[in-house]
Amino acid sequence: MIPLYWWLVVAAALFCIGLYGVLSRKNAIGVLMGIELMLNAVNVNLVAFWRYVTPQTLTGQVFAIFVITVAAAEAAVGLAIIIAAYRRRDTVIVDELDIMRW
Amino acid sequence: MVLSDFTFVGILILVAVLLPIVGLGLAWLIRPKKPNPIKQSTYECGIETIGDTWVQFKAQYYIYALVFVVFDIEAVFLLPWAVAYHQLPLYALVEAVILIAILVLALVYTWRKGALRWS
Amino acid sequence: MPTNVVQIVVFAILTLMTLGGGLGVVSSRNLFHGALFLVLSFAGVVGYYVLLDAGFLAAVQLLIYIGAIAILILFAIMLSRGLMSQRQSQRNEQWWIALLVVVLTFVVLAVVLWQVDWPVASDQALASPSVAISQLGQELLGPYVIPFEVASVLLLVALVGAVILARETET
Repeated sequence: MIPLYWWLVVAAALFCIGLYGVLSRKNAIGVLMGIELMLNAVNVNLVAFWRYVTPQTLTGQVFAIFVITVAAAEAAVGLAIIIAAYRRRDTVIVDELDIMRW
Repeated sequence: MVLSDFTFVGILILVAVLLPIVGLGLAWLIRPKKPNPIKQSTYECGIETIGDTWVQFKAQYYIYALVFVVFDIEAVFLLPWAVAYHQLPLYALVEAVILIAILVLALVYTWRKGALRWS
Repeated sequence: MPTNVVQIVVFAILTLMTLGGGLGVVSSRNLFHGALFLVLSFAGVVGYYVLLDAGFLAAVQLLIYIGAIAILILFAIMLSRGLMSQRQSQRNEQWWIALLVVVLTFVVLAVVLWQVDWPVASDQALASPSVAISQLGQELLGPYVIPFEVASVLLLVALVGAVILARETET
């Protein structure tokens, strides 16, 4: 079996790539794609820990399913907000959507 | 290891990737190359497209995709319930019915709002 | 348990797909191509789940992430067309700070993860993971029955909210 550490490092790398996307993208949809990558990294971690630490109970898998559900709900609402913002303000550039900035 | 079950899937993927590569690669190697403007046009026996291909889509598509996502996830929740059906007590059936009812509510809302009507 | 060569090769290919796809997502100029890279990355994660013996989750990942979320993102990109023709840089001005922070985060994570002594299960337990879907069903409708119901409420609220936001007639 592949050592647990490899999975954790790969998940950490995926998480960091997603984080970079979130921090550096101008486009709100790009930011959302970064968040999806981060959530995937979290899921890989959950499933890896399930497999290596508690393979007899399915808690890790159940958690991963809930994370996926929440990710889907978040993507649906987030993208709807982006579409609504695009229709009203004609932009999806994060820096230009600053009406609520103090 | 469960991996052995998936070995067949791996072999299938390998074949599925290799088949078009080998086919197209061989064709690329042995075919004669005599291009002319008519052959190179996008639609050899159709009309040229007008305007940009990157057009704006209707938001309606997005709403259909939304409804699809919601029921996709419902399927994911119901499959383990259905597989474990015979080992579960009666209240599990009630819980599953409640789950379906709540999501039917979502569908009814979308429907009544007219969001599914193609305008 | 011994690590066998086939697993390492598969793991390497999947890592190439996942991380390469991820890099494509954050670096491509055209957001549409970024979304396609996202699908590649998700597909790599599907392979990871198979390698981790979580067959059901692999199917869920394929069905929800590739089949639904990626499609939603592609639709959203096509709906905000103005940005697709844009060939200018997609990065903001602070991208190099972000890069610095991210690299540091990764280094710290890798070092910390290396130093922790993970309580890995015994070889015997590792050899026989519980992979039955029926057991998953018993978990979902046993201890996790409330989250199971709340998830449906979450989906209801998400659908209602998203429909209100995305409808064309309301402006």
